[in-house]
Amino acid sequence: MKKVYVNEEWCLACHLCEYYCAAANSGAENMVKAFANGNKPIPRIQVEEGSGINFAVQCRHCDNPLCVKGCITGALSVKDGVISCDESRCVGCYTCVLSCPYGCIVTSENSKVIQKCDLCVKNNNGDPACVKGCPNKAIVLEER
Amino acid sequence: MKKYVIIGNSAAAIGAVQGIRSVDGEGLITVISDEPYHTYSRPLISYWLEGKVDDEKIYYREPDFYEKNNVMTMFGTRAVKIGDGYVTLENGGKVQYDKLLVATGSKPFVPPMAGLENVKDKFTFMNWDSAKAIKEKVKENTKVLIIGAGLIGLKCAEALYRLKADITVVDLADRILPSILDVRAGEIMQKHIEDKGTKFILGASVEQFAENSAKLTNGMTVDFDIVVVAVGVRPNTELVSEAGGKVEKGIITDMTQLTTIPDVYAAGDCTVSHDCSSGTDRILALLPNAFMQGEVAGKNMAGKEAYYLNAIPMNAIGFYGLHIITAGSYDGEAFVEENAEKEQYKKLVMKDGLLKGYILMGDVARAGIYTSMIKEQIPLADVDIELLKTKPQMMMFGKARRDEKLAGKIG
Repeated sequence: MKKVYVNEEWCLACHLCEYYCAAANSGAENMVKAFANGNKPIPRIQVEEGSGINFAVQCRHCDNPLCVKGCITGALSVKDGVISCDESRCVGCYTCVLSCPYGCIVTSENSKVIQKCDLCVKNNNGDPACVKGCPNKAIVLEER
Repeated sequence: MKKYVIIGNSAAAIGAVQGIRSVDGEGLITVISDEPYHTYSRPLISYWLEGKVDDEKIYYREPDFYEKNNVMTMFGTRAVKIGDGYVTLENGGKVQYDKLLVATGSKPFVPPMAGLENVKDKFTFMNWDSAKAIKEKVKENTKVLIIGAGLIGLKCAEALYRLKADITVVDLADRILPSILDVRAGEIMQKHIEDKGTKFILGASVEQFAENSAKLTNGMTVDFDIVVVAVGVRPNTELVSEAGGKVEKGIITDMTQLTTIPDVYAAGDCTVSHDCSSGTDRILALLPNAFMQGEVAGKNMAGKEAYYLNAIPMNAIGFYGLHIITAGSYDGEAFVEENAEKEQYKKLVMKDGLLKGYILMGDVARAGIYTSMIKEQIPLADVDIELLKTKPQMMMFGKARRDEKLAGKIG
């Protein structure tokens, strides 16, 4: 299955992937509207910056998904290899935050339920927004 | 065609169904449960009690789960005996098995307390029926006395707080949540809960119950409308012990979840796990643990070798809006950071060159990176300790390990 990978050498730490991700999953039709009126939609990809090295991290869609296996409600499930969350069944207990080895389940003060990357299969974006938007082609969607 | 029988219908049982079906699409699976419900999530009973989750959302798996997995169900039926290839039911019926899973969970422990028989409205808080019984008796300002300031007692308290009940929690221990928090984290949480109006009386127990009041060992008297006893749980091990299987604190299994009885497996809160963070054998009554043990049992029952390894105690839980994530054991050298004003607390415990445990309160973001350090026993020598202390982040791993992890190879 194709997954999103980040080539560390090319990541500029520009954080554009975070903005594209947040906008794509906000339900708004474009970035301007997504961030209008002080809205701060949450990105499901996170850039880590270090001395001389940067990279973005998002859900690995693991073959042995500890988040799904540990989910206390059954809100997290796997379909065609993509792990996604039924937000109507999530109670925000954060057992998945406890379980994810990569720290890829996102929480925020303005949402009681968790957010996670679903490879943009649930929004209208088509290909993952982070991949499409990365200006330096550091983020790729490929089979490895 | 193989005949699989599962006693129990919660996380471990569902894990087993999924484990069996990942190997064997044909065999007959029968699930026997004394409860009359489609599989539901036990940790959700507090959310259900407060009204945050309704009857339609308390279910652990979708309504067509049994049908899709071709599972025969016998609900509202209690299994009373196992052995020699048969499960005997309360009504005298017998169900034949080739492979059996005992996933019977645990039951509330109610210690003898003087005069408890005088109390009309007394409850435990372990299953949906108990939550339903409590809900019938609680309205605004109902005076509730909860015995036990552990996870179950305080989850019940939180739900009743949302229903605007008047809550007093009594515990013999001098601090709350001792199974998952250290003294300081317990203090912060206690203050947080007290600020919302819930009262604690610690270091005391009930000396004598009357119908609507309790005299405590410290001389105080607490009036109540209802009592909830949440002092602890005991594993349901009788089926296995009476069949001659080895039982200590819970049912003993090997790493494939096989008990000492041939063809009989066990998983979930009724079993003993090996805690790799402390090196001790103990009951880890946690939903993720139950599911994963059940899944391993199911695969083995269906003939595919699988092992349950790297178990640790771990909890993600919130009380009155304040989140906590904890994992592992707290014996070792501690690194502690606190911001009391923001109700944030962090404790990292290190020993033998490994991260052994942690407590995160308030800011719990990306805690799973710490969990993976403990479970995978990644040497501290292989990570940037300063980054580890700052916050959980992938940057703390070296490039080689990061490449391996982010390529999804461990997952």
